[in-house]
Amino acid sequence: MYQYDKLDQQIVDERVAQYRDQTRRYLAGELSEDEFRPLRLQNGLYIQRYAPMLRIAVPYGMLSSRQLHKLGDIAKNYDKDYGHFSTRQNLQLNWPKLEDVPDILAELATVEMHAIQTSGNCIRNITTDQFAGIAPDEVIDPRAMAEVMRQWSTFHPEFALLPRKFKIAVSGTKQDRAVVQAHDIGMEFYTDTTGKLAIKVWVGGGLGRTPILGSVIREHLEWQHALTYCEAIIRVYNLHGRRDNIYKARVKILVKALGIEEFKKQVEAEWAHLKDAPNTITEAELARVGKHFEDMPYEQLPAHNASFDAAVASNPVFAAWVKRCVHAHKTAGYRAVTLSLKPHGKAPGDATSAQMHAVADLAETYSFGELRVSHEQNLILADVKLSDLFSVWEKARAAGLATPNIGLLTDIICCPGGDFCSLANAKSIPIAEAIQMQFDNLDYLHDIGDIELNISGCMNACGHHHVGHIGILGVDKDSAEFYQVSIGGKQGNDASIGAVIGPSFAADEMPSVIQKLIDVYIKERTDEERFIDTVRRLGIAPFKAHVYADKNSAKDEVAA
Amino acid sequence: MSNLIKLNGETASIVENEWTCVNLPASQAEQRVQAGKVVLFKLTGEKSVTDEQVATTVIPATGKVIVPLSVFIARKNALVSRINAGEIGVWLDTHEVLEHLNEHQADLNALPIIAVHVERFADGRIFSLGTLLRTRYGFKNELRAFGDILKDQLFFLKRSGFTSFLIRADRSAADAITSLHDFSQPYQGAVDESQPVFKRYNRTA
Repeated sequence: MYQYDKLDQQIVDERVAQYRDQTRRYLAGELSEDEFRPLRLQNGLYIQRYAPMLRIAVPYGMLSSRQLHKLGDIAKNYDKDYGHFSTRQNLQLNWPKLEDVPDILAELATVEMHAIQTSGNCIRNITTDQFAGIAPDEVIDPRAMAEVMRQWSTFHPEFALLPRKFKIAVSGTKQDRAVVQAHDIGMEFYTDTTGKLAIKVWVGGGLGRTPILGSVIREHLEWQHALTYCEAIIRVYNLHGRRDNIYKARVKILVKALGIEEFKKQVEAEWAHLKDAPNTITEAELARVGKHFEDMPYEQLPAHNASFDAAVASNPVFAAWVKRCVHAHKTAGYRAVTLSLKPHGKAPGDATSAQMHAVADLAETYSFGELRVSHEQNLILADVKLSDLFSVWEKARAAGLATPNIGLLTDIICCPGGDFCSLANAKSIPIAEAIQMQFDNLDYLHDIGDIELNISGCMNACGHHHVGHIGILGVDKDSAEFYQVSIGGKQGNDASIGAVIGPSFAADEMPSVIQKLIDVYIKERTDEERFIDTVRRLGIAPFKAHVYADKNSAKDEVAA
Repeated sequence: MSNLIKLNGETASIVENEWTCVNLPASQAEQRVQAGKVVLFKLTGEKSVTDEQVATTVIPATGKVIVPLSVFIARKNALVSRINAGEIGVWLDTHEVLEHLNEHQADLNALPIIAVHVERFADGRIFSLGTLLRTRYGFKNELRAFGDILKDQLFFLKRSGFTSFLIRADRSAADAITSLHDFSQPYQGAVDESQPVFKRYNRTA
């Protein structure tokens, strides 16, 4: 993974000093609450329901063992001994003290980490596929470009105070796993007909209050121009995006209002001036950064391993884990492993300090000292030998990280919700926990098969509920917490936004509502169909009818 | 004590403000908060300027003055001799459009100063306006930021081509001035240093 040189380190160190001064001025009363807000937000510090929340950047989800050990130490020393991995592949601390944050940043800087631009109206952490560099279906490893873009976006002076947050995702695979269509800018790398690296650029996607999938603004962009083209897009947005209403301030609203053709025209006119400007990426720079993402020193291994095969054959519990948590690797004899942060009945995405240390040790011993965070809020060991999988499983299991539920109903994507977040309308973690307990039967979960359930505690959609096969959104109804359910959302190349099935439900109804949706699927599915396929084939009507059947008959009785 | 920071090359100092900023008189007319769809994103929520305001704006008869863009456009003919004498600068709000200035003043370098007013700290349009004035319109003279200008914008303003900064009256320019050098080696090319770090240094060394 990328290693800082002295220039990178200097910027992070100078940032610690700058933020320390900002915190000092705030605590001394030299900065008002309103003046400090954009400053602390640009550093990932929210003031939450009970305490501040600090969001630490994990650029495109890559971590080293050393960094994760440090995060474990920070969670222990400055927080309540745990952290929360978010859908932006970042780590959030829920209980740090505002006055401790400069010290936390200084600690982070010692392991080449920071909290720069993890919130606020600026270019946020750039995300990508958690299997970047090792996925068999990968065309281009997007991480070198992601790092080049990370550096470019860090303290970009022209885009320091945008109308609203700005999220970029990059992907280099046939099967999109980075949700590029749900980002302000999505970049899909591919090899063009001349064999050169090219980019398909999407713009104006986003979830939140107004979920919109992005539109293609350019089918073919030569890679050298990635930064200047982004500058053209963001300049048009910076000048013309709305600033009067935060709910209408994302670039998607501007794209929609102008229409993609007009927006594109303005961007291209701007880019005519910017093309070939100094920020054009050089071969040398891409090569320099790319060196950090070269293949690991893999051993020459056979495609099969007898002891692994025997363990799968003789141990059904291990076999179940392999089926769900072990993924294909481009190199023979290697696999990627997902360590589930979704044990049933626990907050999705949370990891204790002890678990962080355990994962860091696993990565050190079995996966070249590196790991990744997925936007589904799990941790990934990307390069594990087949012959080591059984040992990894045993150790992961001992640390509570081997729930074999990846891609299943209980692998829930979930925001921190009303338990922590001051923006939330409703709690989300207890709903996730209640659903996990309702379906706490692995055989049944495996029978239900691939499904994605996403929960957000408010329309800001941190839990990506719009693109969940089942999406749950916390809403405020007469000051009570209710939940709106949608189905048919999907991430990936054929992304779609889910449709709301009807009136919202009380918290205690939610497990049975999900049960009814699953019941309809089990009854109606064909052999090949996943939940999402059945929803797409039948539409929402049969699901809706079954879920609301009792409610409607109850109403009929009252009416009679 | 002056609150004006001025850059001369890399050296910043606190200097006396020799320019008088002319403001528009308060408008009696209702503020226009909605505009047509085409310009919606440029004007929503912003004041527009009435003809009456432009006509009744009082411009001091002598000395160096910075006039609002709308006044400059409407009353330029009366100001020609003073423009030639280098006594007239122009200021604009962040929602105003640089094309309008350029249409009425083809040679921006006839103006010794252009100032951009930022009403709220969080309004980052000022950075694009500065960048465009320098890179698109070739403006070479003093470019000033004023309004809700605090220490924490200075580094970005400098990088966007601004060369003077009128710190908000209730804050100390002496405290703010240090922020011009918060970061010693920025990553990306911008106005002040056009080359990105990977073209300035051999990072493979």
